[in-house]
Amino acid sequence: MTDGVLQSAPPLATPLPRWQRLWAGLFGTPLNAAVTLCCLALLGWAVPPLLRWTLLDAVWVGPADRCADAAGACWAFIGEKLRYILFGFYDQDRQWRPAAAGAILLALAGLSGMPLFWRRATLWLWLFGLAAALLLLTGGPGGPAVPTERWSGLPVSLLLAVVGLVGAFPLAVLLALARRSSMGGVRTLAVLFIEVTRGVPLIAVLYVATLLLPLMLPAGAAIDKLLRAQIAIVLFVSAYLAEIVRAGLQSIPAGQYEAAQALGLGYWQSMRLVILPQALRTVIPSIVTLAIGLFQDTTLIIVIGLFDLLNTARTAAKDPAWLGFYDEAFGFASLIYLTVCVIASRYSLWLERRLRR
Amino acid sequence: MRTPSQAPSRPTSRSGLSPRFLIAGALSLAIGLALTGAAKAGPTLDAIKARGSIKVGVGTQPGFFAPDSNGRWQGFFVDFGRALSIAVFNDPDKVQFVSSSPQQRLPALQSGEFDILLSGVTQTFTRATKLGFHFGPVVFYDGQGLLVPKKLGVSKGKELNGATVCVQTGTTGELNITDFFRQNRIAFKPVVIEETAENQKAFASGRCDVLTQDASDLAITRTQLPKPDDYVLLPERISKEPLAPAIRYGDDQWLEIVNWAVYATIQAEELGITQANIDSFLTSADPTVRRFLGVDPSLGEAAKLDPKFAYTIVKTVGNYGEIFERNVGPATKVGLDRGFNKLWTQGGLLYAPPFR
Repeated sequence: MTDGVLQSAPPLATPLPRWQRLWAGLFGTPLNAAVTLCCLALLGWAVPPLLRWTLLDAVWVGPADRCADAAGACWAFIGEKLRYILFGFYDQDRQWRPAAAGAILLALAGLSGMPLFWRRATLWLWLFGLAAALLLLTGGPGGPAVPTERWSGLPVSLLLAVVGLVGAFPLAVLLALARRSSMGGVRTLAVLFIEVTRGVPLIAVLYVATLLLPLMLPAGAAIDKLLRAQIAIVLFVSAYLAEIVRAGLQSIPAGQYEAAQALGLGYWQSMRLVILPQALRTVIPSIVTLAIGLFQDTTLIIVIGLFDLLNTARTAAKDPAWLGFYDEAFGFASLIYLTVCVIASRYSLWLERRLRR
Repeated sequence: MRTPSQAPSRPTSRSGLSPRFLIAGALSLAIGLALTGAAKAGPTLDAIKARGSIKVGVGTQPGFFAPDSNGRWQGFFVDFGRALSIAVFNDPDKVQFVSSSPQQRLPALQSGEFDILLSGVTQTFTRATKLGFHFGPVVFYDGQGLLVPKKLGVSKGKELNGATVCVQTGTTGELNITDFFRQNRIAFKPVVIEETAENQKAFASGRCDVLTQDASDLAITRTQLPKPDDYVLLPERISKEPLAPAIRYGDDQWLEIVNWAVYATIQAEELGITQANIDSFLTSADPTVRRFLGVDPSLGEAAKLDPKFAYTIVKTVGNYGEIFERNVGPATKVGLDRGFNKLWTQGGLLYAPPFR
């Protein structure tokens, strides 16, 4: 640079063929070769027994006695318990209701991921969708009511996660705005709520909601246990979501705020029409990450005796007729969680690429 | 749904009290009796009737309470829950089972999460007095045992110096094992785990030398271990674990329904009445049987229950012996012997007061 002569860049190396690149990556240096060999050895040690257990020696159909003699997994157990693991205590002859409710919740989450649906009308879709899902689960109209004690399995997991995120959203936006507000009192309250909630583990929040809250309420004012857990999750998530939204707000250049003001827009108008649409769009990938974590966190409700997918899977192995197939039960449940979370994280990657354009 | 957590004060009858104090005491006792003697049901029973179902707190343990493939609760304690439902509503299905872990079941009962806890709670002095729970009749006499691998070469608990012990939190087992090692002046390292299944996994993987639980649990655990014959249940029982239904203070009538629904199953076994042969007893001339089954309706009328409540309970869920054999007896996977849970006439501890 000092002599002021521009140097031309070295010519681009012609890319190596694929297999050569692969070979160089795996065995190019002695260290790479050692790491590769170690990994192969580890796989060779772990995979064959796993394959034998999951596939070769597994029992696919038949009664529990046949499983007891087999060395492999008992997938017949999953076949027998599939209904219970997915829908738990819900009436067997009306289990299309939780199935439909679960499908609606999944569809809502899936549709909201499509940029086509990032518009105001989607709000109505959510309102109707959630109302329909809840109505289906409660058993009405045209049937006896199903108390929430009998709601269980996958629909409960989905309900807690989806309602948890959606319910937290308006709260989170308000909290984020409050935290950036110039009004000292409002700002302090928001900071206090966010930091306290983020400083407490979800389990503690759930315990307070299920054990302490009923003792503090006046006699006879019992709130449903599932509802209490749901409210606790909404409040908990709102604190985390608020910080994400705040990050989005901070990423908007000051010029946007000033431009909105120059157009004569008031505070709420400028937020609603100018700032938030841009801010929220930039943080969608972070929200998806939060949603994945939340879906897994809902399994914590096991400690307060609610039956989500993980708990129904766990208790399925406690039936004396099919005793002790915990590995199969947890394996199956984790497969469902894995599927949902892999789809969500692939979606998040796709979204990031799309937003970068 | 809250109830005061302290017992109503009762007049003491220690010597050396002034006569005025005694009279005041007698008066308040009389008023108390008059109040409880009134026909009004207590808050718990009122809530049950208003709701149209009983909320029963349960745990999850094979044979004692576990959902079957249809999502219906089954098990030893569950059957007593259904018996209660029959006593109150004359219908075995007007009952909701609410699952609860050992750590949160007592606070949950206190906060009104359920009307009765049938989850294998050990009846203790503190729970009955300080925590404010009434206990119904003991439905299962258990004792805490020690399961060890045979290769440890131990034949009794006192030889376990320095052992690592897996124990479940929130149970009396955690306290008993501490007492046991302290009494015998030997050291131990506790490994405290909340979940039964995890506890067993930890033991099976060799994370601890000893697994301690109620002996009934250990029997199931042993069958679930990879090589059951490599493990031995030590002969001593280090505690008494009378498992009884627990309810909140403040509803005497509800307590009596709990008492007599349980007694009905024991009385039926004593009289030789089973699910199968009960109808042949309806024509019996024995006044005890006639009163018990409600052929002579005087008993049920006095208790404001369906006169045939005992008949319906036995007809639907069976007598005590049948409930035991069906859920946890030797023919089941759980495979427990009756042990202490035999009738008093057969050398056990089960004894029902007379139905008259």
